[in-house]
Amino acid sequence: MIKDLIKSGIDEESKPYWDGLIDHKLLIQQCEDCQQSIFYPRSICPHCFSGQLSWFQANGTGSIYSFTIVHQGYGPFKGEPPYVVGIVELDEGVRMMTRIIGDKDEISIGKRVSVVYKEVEEDFVLPYFQLIA
Amino acid sequence: MKSERVAAIVGVAESDLGKTPGKNVLQLQAQAAKLALEDAGLTKHDVDAIFTAGNWAWAPNLMLAEYLGIQPKYTDSTNIGGSSFEAHVGHAAAGIKAGLFDVALITYGSTNRTKPTNSSFQSPLTAQYEIPYGLPTPVGAYALAATRHMHQYGTTSEQLAEIAVATRKWATLNEKAYMREPIEIADVLNSRFIAEPLHLLDCCLVSDGGGAVIVASNKVASKLKKKPVWILGHGESHSHNTITNMPDLTMTSARESGKAAFEMAGISHHEIDVAEIYDSFTITVLLTLEALGFCQPGEGGAFVSGQRTAPGGDFPMNTNGGGLSYCHPGMYGIFLLIEAVRQLRGECDVRQVSDANLALVHGTGGVLSSTSTVILGRD
Repeated sequence: MIKDLIKSGIDEESKPYWDGLIDHKLLIQQCEDCQQSIFYPRSICPHCFSGQLSWFQANGTGSIYSFTIVHQGYGPFKGEPPYVVGIVELDEGVRMMTRIIGDKDEISIGKRVSVVYKEVEEDFVLPYFQLIA
Repeated sequence: MKSERVAAIVGVAESDLGKTPGKNVLQLQAQAAKLALEDAGLTKHDVDAIFTAGNWAWAPNLMLAEYLGIQPKYTDSTNIGGSSFEAHVGHAAAGIKAGLFDVALITYGSTNRTKPTNSSFQSPLTAQYEIPYGLPTPVGAYALAATRHMHQYGTTSEQLAEIAVATRKWATLNEKAYMREPIEIADVLNSRFIAEPLHLLDCCLVSDGGGAVIVASNKVASKLKKKPVWILGHGESHSHNTITNMPDLTMTSARESGKAAFEMAGISHHEIDVAEIYDSFTITVLLTLEALGFCQPGEGGAFVSGQRTAPGGDFPMNTNGGGLSYCHPGMYGIFLLIEAVRQLRGECDVRQVSDANLALVHGTGGVLSSTSTVILGRD
């Protein structure tokens, strides 16, 4: 079970993010003082140290910053390769790790992608990304 | 050269390497510590500072010092991954300069191959935003950096393979190296992908093993049988923890740690005779050469081409066979120091770099996260 790998880490700080995904919303934070977008969830702004952070729904689009086709899986991912893990830069300016789904031959750095909500297990949704046609 | 001769490495040793079934991490460190003290001509009673890093105990310094029967007056368990031991050398030199102690014992031990230690943290904390995607760590993170470097600069798999091939040539000259069969660029390219664009032969070994380094004050070092290897410069930094948060996948904090080390030593790049650069993966080396300033960003591929870093090349690098071919027990940084000291002492027999006076040692830890650079020199 994939969720089992991280469930001990889901706490008050990260729960709004994970709960948002179940509702098919990609929630990230913004600093109310310096206005910068923030991901992953924090209690303090890493840019200006303000404690005034608020949640908002990201647009769900961005571009591929880098990716790798994984050939050697492990643990719960053992039978899955090949699959593509990438880093996507959201239009709001933050990066997140993700799976990039679709035709592997079409994937390249800089291409535009949009979020797809993937229910990998019951009550556990991950934001995967796919190429924008 | 401007740096004062305050502290030197006076003893180095490895423990058994490769596969060491039946030996635990304390045995490996004790074995290396004893040999390194003998190499220096010191005893354990001379040691007044302890440095180690590992995830094999709640507080490794406490367990190790008790096991060795040492009560230190200075202790440092800095753990920034594979570059920890270069940081330890820098911290030991600073402590000696401050007059806090005279003889530091730095050790590492790992049973990474036969009995991996599972670090079970209570909570993944910030790793929870990466773990569910199944990126194999650390190789997948380095693969992301390689993809980006190739995209940005046109770096090729052949250029990365040059590093693996040259490093294997050095390993053929080191009887302690685990992999000694010569390889060619095609062998690297034809080895299976682990995480594209990195092939199996772009990746370091998984070994058991330990090492020890003795750092002493000028006062102690000048009385010993072997010539001191002076610590001339040091710098350290870290830029991120998770690969997603690396500010630029093509530039490591070697830019900062290298600059600090060169400035402290008061020397320039062309004066370096031998380089020992952490090679967890071929891409690690290429990024480091650029970040340290041996070439411009994007020129790393051209820099290593034509077997330039191999025996007989004009940039001798990773002369023990590296983490790629000699050994790599999880946090490899201590072995870079051991080899640099042996090169500067002229103890390397068939793989000896001629007229080696100045060495650069550079550790990289985590997922390109931490760096520490040490510049060493002989009299």
